[in-house]
Amino acid sequence: MSALLSIEKLVKRFGGLTATDHVDFSVAAGEVHAIIGPNGAGKTTLISQLAGELHPDEGRIQFDGRDISRASVPERSLLGLGRSYQISQIFRDFSALQNVMLAVQAHAGHSFSFFRPAAREAALVGPAEAALKQVGLGQRMHVPAAAMAHGEHRQLELAMTLATGPKLLLLDEPMAGMSQAESEEMVQLLKNLKGKYGMILVEHDMDAVFALADRVSVLVYGRVVATGTPDEIRNNQDVKDAYLGDQQEAI
Amino acid sequence: MNWTSPRFYVPALFLLALGLLPVYAMVASQPFYVTLFSRIMIFALAALGLNFILGYAGLVSFGHALYLGVGAYAVGILSFHGVGNGWLQLLAALVVGGLLALLIGAVVLRTSGMTFIMITLAFAQMGYFLVVSLKAYGGDDGLSIEQRSAFGLFDLNNHTVLYYAILFCLVAALWLFSRMVESRFGMVLRGVKSNERRMLALGFPTFRYKLVGYVVSAQVCVVAGFLLANLTKFASPSYMVWQVSGDLIVMAVLGGMGTLFGPVVGAVIFLMVEEVLSSVKPGWFPQIEEVLNRHWLALMGIFVIAIVLGFRKGIYGYVVEKSSKEAKA
Amino acid sequence: MPIELLFVQLLNGLQYGVLLFLLAAGLTLVFGIMNFVNLAHGSLYMMGAYFAAWAYNNPIFGIQSSFILAAIVGVLGSMVLGVLIERLVLFSLYDRDHLDQVLATFGLILVFNEVARFIWGPSSYYMEVPEQLSGTIKLFGIDYPSYRFMIIAVGLLVALGTYLLIQKTRIGMLIRAGASNATMVGALGINIKLLNTLLFGLGAGLAGVAGLMAGPILSVQPGMGEPILIVTLVVIVTGGIGSIRGAFFAALIVGVIDTIGRVFLPLLLANLVEKSLAQAAGPAIASMLIYLLMAGVLAFKPQGLFPVKHG
Repeated sequence: MSALLSIEKLVKRFGGLTATDHVDFSVAAGEVHAIIGPNGAGKTTLISQLAGELHPDEGRIQFDGRDISRASVPERSLLGLGRSYQISQIFRDFSALQNVMLAVQAHAGHSFSFFRPAAREAALVGPAEAALKQVGLGQRMHVPAAAMAHGEHRQLELAMTLATGPKLLLLDEPMAGMSQAESEEMVQLLKNLKGKYGMILVEHDMDAVFALADRVSVLVYGRVVATGTPDEIRNNQDVKDAYLGDQQEAI
Repeated sequence: MNWTSPRFYVPALFLLALGLLPVYAMVASQPFYVTLFSRIMIFALAALGLNFILGYAGLVSFGHALYLGVGAYAVGILSFHGVGNGWLQLLAALVVGGLLALLIGAVVLRTSGMTFIMITLAFAQMGYFLVVSLKAYGGDDGLSIEQRSAFGLFDLNNHTVLYYAILFCLVAALWLFSRMVESRFGMVLRGVKSNERRMLALGFPTFRYKLVGYVVSAQVCVVAGFLLANLTKFASPSYMVWQVSGDLIVMAVLGGMGTLFGPVVGAVIFLMVEEVLSSVKPGWFPQIEEVLNRHWLALMGIFVIAIVLGFRKGIYGYVVEKSSKEAKA
Repeated sequence: MPIELLFVQLLNGLQYGVLLFLLAAGLTLVFGIMNFVNLAHGSLYMMGAYFAAWAYNNPIFGIQSSFILAAIVGVLGSMVLGVLIERLVLFSLYDRDHLDQVLATFGLILVFNEVARFIWGPSSYYMEVPEQLSGTIKLFGIDYPSYRFMIIAVGLLVALGTYLLIQKTRIGMLIRAGASNATMVGALGINIKLLNTLLFGLGAGLAGVAGLMAGPILSVQPGMGEPILIVTLVVIVTGGIGSIRGAFFAALIVGVIDTIGRVFLPLLLANLVEKSLAQAAGPAIASMLIYLLMAGVLAFKPQGLFPVKHG
């Protein structure tokens, strides 16, 4: 089966620092591929290159059969790449519903409509309400985003990404800053999404990773040091030394 | 529509007052008021146009006075060459204005932040020097306009008719913008202001929307300039100087950038303060009076700084926010 | 095309360019570090010119018509003024958004112009070219006004001094680091606020130097700062925000193109098209040249000619 997303020999340097060091990586349709690694390993840099916010110095990115290495951020979203951010990038001045409606609107044709109120377009409201219900914010649709709690921001963040109808989700620490209970709910939510979307999941929360991932790649100093099933990675000595060892100490 | 909310009754009262002003002026034998408020409404229109991208898209253009000049000189130059037909003059103004805004917008919108502000200022200055260098059209001294634009159906040479034409344009612009800010297009601009990075990530090619927004906002200023030339029967490079661009921003902020009607309130207050400061004669201290009248700009400057440090939401903006807080309580 | 005319105009362009550099240097560094553009920079230039002219025209401790004294008063005056407005008004704006910064400095400009108008009146305040420099010197057999040559010399010296300061001293290294990543420099324990005040004072001093030198050849009047400030903005955008090297090259390019363009474009056009069209279009296009240049540079290099890489 050909991969939904594949990266070949991706390199990104910042002056003397090689943040992404000849990374090869692939995700199949419907697969959850987690990326783990110590802080500073270059996980967010990698996600940013996939999303198009950073341009790699070398290498290729293929998505759904096309080379998207030179594609712009909006182009990638329209092709089916949906990204959620580690620090919630929401529209604080709008209500939750308006936030998600914008996401729907981006993929519902052009926006050169000047007179018709967007709030009355069923084509925008319907899918937005559905996405909000899906992430558990069904009762909070009209609350201004600025008034929502941090955990709700993370839910909203995901709803917006889902509302763009992606084929592949790039999830950058979706559980960042969440309490234990909130994280468990998020994991359950992501489990429900498994299979319907390809997912690249960057996470520190090991429980989540082992509960969700089909495959795991370990990134250390910009290089993939190991790729395998969660069990293979859990038992990999190199990985333990480089990374999980520190985690176990922390626990 | 909540009829008791200030969002409704403040604009309604303002517009009603503006509508009745010529009657009052006639009764009080002060025809000067019609001219004064014609001018105020023209700047209110321009500030409204600017605020579409300033308040709603977050684009701080320090060069919108350029488009006032385009509108004014369309009247001036065509009139100079014998074309007095208002429809043609307006068409010329909008075509030139639209092309210019498209070209300039395509360049300036590739930058952001302070750079954007600086180069909008630079291009407006370029326009100013261009006009000044056209000696055939008066250059630095400006261009006299013999006749106001001829529209056939109505005679702008009548001050009251011109007044109501301006009021009509203002109301039309308000209506247009009230629709646009809630439309898909308006939501895109507002999203860009709130978080452009996310808009791009969601799939919006934001550049084209910002460009169209910029052109629309410029065109409203073109119409304002057109009306200004008709009011003063004069087209002057002084309509295009950087101070005017700055004044427009102050009006929008003073009234409340985050609201639709704010710029109108801001223009009224700004120009009335200007009017009062420059001609006040309270009669107590003639020396201070003289200083005040000649150097009122310094007070305006302090006033502007005070607004920045104190009244960020603007006067109308503050009123609206207070009322919505009370509604929730 | 007479070679002498070209040479003289080239030098004039150079002279305008170094004046622009003096203004651009201070502005671009403050913007690079504090992400703040002080539009009132033109006012510091103006006040430098006024202070110098005033000191030249009025006896101070019995000394009058001393260019040296005028220079000291002009430069020190603008430095003090610059530091004062930075500490009293501008510092509260560093964390605000650009709109607030623009509006507040706009307000300052209005105040300064009126203060100048109040003290010295609305018309030009005359400062004559000092006697020792009122002649001409011979360059490659061509006569060129000594005073303008002095401006070029001083400007280039200052440019060299600034380059050495920025590239070869510890302070300069801190400034460059700050331009690349201000937060990091602050986190390293360097007092960013003090560094910025110093920088501001330096920039204000440079503006004062420009003002004092420009006084005798341009007219000293209220509002003289803004037109040249706007050209300075064109310079720093074209050169690259935060880059001294960019400011230097862009300033010279802008100065030369503007000067030569204004003189030669109408002549050039007169050879190509009919006279009355050339007479109208020539000055018109010449006045737009530097802005078209800026637009052209931005089209290919949106960060300017020598962008500062941000860490």
